[in-house]
Amino acid sequence: MRPTGEVGFVEWERARRRLWRACALVVLASSTGCAASSPSVLHAKGPAERQVTGLWWSMLAVSVVVIVFVVVMGGWGVVKTRRRREEDIHRDVPWGDRFILISGIGITGAILVAFFLVSLRSMATLARARPSSVEITITGHDWWWEARYPNGAVTANEIHIPAGERVQINLRSADVIHSLWVPELAPKIDLIPGRENEMWIQANQPGQYRGQCAEFCGLQHAHMIFFVIADTPADFNTWMQDMAAPALAPATPIAVQGQQVFLSNTCIGCHSIRGTSANGQLGPDLTHMATRATIGAGTLPLTPQTLTQWILAPEQIKPGVTMPPTSLTPDEVRALVTYLLSLGFKS
Amino acid sequence: MTTLAEPLEELWSEEPGLGTWLSTVDHKRLAKKYLYTALAFLILGGIEASVMRLQLAHANLKLLDPETFNQLFTMHGVTMIFLFSVPVFSGFGVYMIPLMIGTREMAFPRLNSFTYWVFLAAGLFMYSAFLIGRVPDAGWFNYTPLADKPFSGGVNIDFYALGLIFLGISTTGTAINFLTTIFKMRAPGMTLNRMPIFVWGELAMQVSLLFAQPALTLATVMLMLQRHWHYHFFDAAAGGDNLLWQHLFWIFGHPLVYIIVLPGLGILATILPTFARRPMVGYTWVVLAEMATAFIGFGVWVHHMFATDLPAMSISFISLTSFLVAIPSGIQVFAWLATLVTGKIVLKTPMLFVLGFILIFVIGGVSGVMAASVPFDQATTDTYFVVAHFHYIMAGVAIFPVLAAIYYWGPKIWGRLLHEGWGKVSFWLVFVGFNLAFFPMHLLGLLGMPRRIYTYQAGLGWDSYNLVETIGTFIMGIGILISFINWFWSIRHGERAGNDPWSSETLEWATSSPPADYDFETIPEVRSLHPTWDQPELKDGSQPPELGGRPLAEGHRVLATSLLDATPEAIVDMPHDSIWPFILTVSLTLFFYGALTRIAVFAAVGGAATAISVLGWIWPRGQTQEM
Repeated sequence: MRPTGEVGFVEWERARRRLWRACALVVLASSTGCAASSPSVLHAKGPAERQVTGLWWSMLAVSVVVIVFVVVMGGWGVVKTRRRREEDIHRDVPWGDRFILISGIGITGAILVAFFLVSLRSMATLARARPSSVEITITGHDWWWEARYPNGAVTANEIHIPAGERVQINLRSADVIHSLWVPELAPKIDLIPGRENEMWIQANQPGQYRGQCAEFCGLQHAHMIFFVIADTPADFNTWMQDMAAPALAPATPIAVQGQQVFLSNTCIGCHSIRGTSANGQLGPDLTHMATRATIGAGTLPLTPQTLTQWILAPEQIKPGVTMPPTSLTPDEVRALVTYLLSLGFKS
Repeated sequence: MTTLAEPLEELWSEEPGLGTWLSTVDHKRLAKKYLYTALAFLILGGIEASVMRLQLAHANLKLLDPETFNQLFTMHGVTMIFLFSVPVFSGFGVYMIPLMIGTREMAFPRLNSFTYWVFLAAGLFMYSAFLIGRVPDAGWFNYTPLADKPFSGGVNIDFYALGLIFLGISTTGTAINFLTTIFKMRAPGMTLNRMPIFVWGELAMQVSLLFAQPALTLATVMLMLQRHWHYHFFDAAAGGDNLLWQHLFWIFGHPLVYIIVLPGLGILATILPTFARRPMVGYTWVVLAEMATAFIGFGVWVHHMFATDLPAMSISFISLTSFLVAIPSGIQVFAWLATLVTGKIVLKTPMLFVLGFILIFVIGGVSGVMAASVPFDQATTDTYFVVAHFHYIMAGVAIFPVLAAIYYWGPKIWGRLLHEGWGKVSFWLVFVGFNLAFFPMHLLGLLGMPRRIYTYQAGLGWDSYNLVETIGTFIMGIGILISFINWFWSIRHGERAGNDPWSSETLEWATSSPPADYDFETIPEVRSLHPTWDQPELKDGSQPPELGGRPLAEGHRVLATSLLDATPEAIVDMPHDSIWPFILTVSLTLFFYGALTRIAVFAAVGGAATAISVLGWIWPRGQTQEM
């Protein structure tokens, strides 16, 4: 059935991929075509996920054959035997045992063992130790993601990586079990309190890849979204340097007022802004908050309006969120929002 | 033969009235209670599913808040698995097994009554959480640390943990009762290789349950100790390990899949030969496959944990066993196909449900094989792909064979045939609705939609599939309701069934419909794997003594036979109805509410009442008849 040589395997793999992509367009009409905006497992954008799509298409192909076989043979039985007379039914089916054993154990077993070996090969590829260009420690929190880089850069929910390079990720949890999943880039691995799990991801091209927590983690499991942003290696290095730098000083009077609001309120209990006295560790680091595109772990786009709503009543946007509402005056909130949105990069 | 019926009726009948409604030990009355209760829980679980599907019909809907959604999906899982699937198959077993093996009772009739009442009480205990709005909300898998005190402070999780410990008393007792009945009470001549496949399926189910249940009971007891008594089994900060919970839960949880699937396949293998008008091809292989599945089922639990970053060596081992567990399923599928093409197919409603299920089982099977592949599973675990997979298997087996069994065995249980036309309407609605509800979930999982999210954002390409699923859910729901209405109408107004309306092969058809209190006028002597086909004397409802039938009419008695060859060994006096199993259940319920509230006096009163009830139950009353 399957050529065993390495070269034959590759060719067969290619042919099979073409064939089944064509079939799958029919079977899974919109999973590959219409829904291009979905973070699809089948749109592999990195080598780790490629392993998965390879397995998927080969297993799907055999599965379709199995299902078709069952439908045809069963359907034939239903349609063709209805006119048979009961006297013509033979209790003993001489080929029965042979048929059951050859197809049930022989063929089924061979297919299963083949699948096992192929998936073992993928497993080995995924597990192979290779040098990584950068090592990121990602900590899962209820309900957001913290990313720490070797040079001291800290950010939340938007995880930059260099495109085309293998990135080592250390997975930690601050509270309950979470699971890091970027469907287009890699299989998922759980973040488990008390365990030091790890995985690697690689994006072949620069771009933005949506991820979401996959292990049920409580009230806002649905809004524990993040983005992996692959930059060119040069851009990535710039980004990492910028992200490690302390926050910009407020440049306008209203921003100065906003900083005072921040530092004199409960914000500092949870949030850090490096370069100021705010060094809370419970919530996302806000040192360069304005460089992020979303708020509330991917819940809303970051705009002055959404940030204002979020500060006033985060519970209304994300019920159950641990950030408490504030009782700031409208002026204070306006100043605070201005300040936070001024926290960009120097460059 | 009427000469026998009278003394037997005298010996086996129970007084009508509320008293015996509570105290009955008749396996048929208890089985009906099991079935009605389980189907009531099916309706509750179905309502929970429907409300969730409404919430997910479109992006960003606000029908449910996240807490309610989490409670609903937790209780949907708990209900469908523990309070519907397991008891509904036990219920059919409690009714059919004594009939299929040619005896008059379960081995332990009072235990049978007790395990029913405990099932009901444990179900009501868990559902009473709704009364105070503190419903379990950490998923049916209830992972720590989410289920531990710091993250789930309320009594929600206590309802879950104590409810499952309570229910475990019922399932353990049921398993012991089934095993004893199947091993020791088969009619003379029903050697193991003449035992119907349904009985094998129930045997495989109950053996698995007996060995799997302790892991769950242990895990939930440890969880309670950690939550309330400062233990640290799962507390990483104190040197515990959260994966311990997952191991214990899935050592129970994966065999549980087969606990539900195997009796369903047993029902399939009972109905298929009847409507193919021939014996199952490869009986021996099907039986071996069922038992092999139950055995291998204990060696695959870690495939629920492929994403926890365990050592590659151990997960590759489990990956292999998870692939190989598909072989026994393959054997069964090919045996069904061989039976289909060598018989003469009669398309009655039960057969339609069976045929529909074969397709659904195969689809769920191939996606299960995919999930045995570690990298593919790591990509799709905790997504809707897995939700699709296990609904094809578990919802498939709990809907199609169960409805098939209601149409097939309903005439035996209530004496009247269900309406065929409405049965077929129901089948097509259920079949189409089921596939609309669950097939798109495969695609959603591949498109990146995780499980257990109460809402999702727009613009991800998930909306239309979700809408189709919601519509499918309601079509399926209507189909199931039509069958229920058909069923309740037919048991009053349906056509009378007679002893054997389908010309089936197994012994339950060799008696009246519904069976008399004593099941059989004589305990038959079995000479074939297909007794009702091969022993014409059974057609009339009982085997005359000159052909081997044993009246056993001198007392309230059954026959005990040997394990392998079913040769008669002893005549056993059976207990009469008793109120003590019910009283013991009430006492235990008190105790569990005491444990829930953690009011020591309350729990102590419940414990004392339990002890007194046990004494009352076993107190010698001189009722035993001398042999």
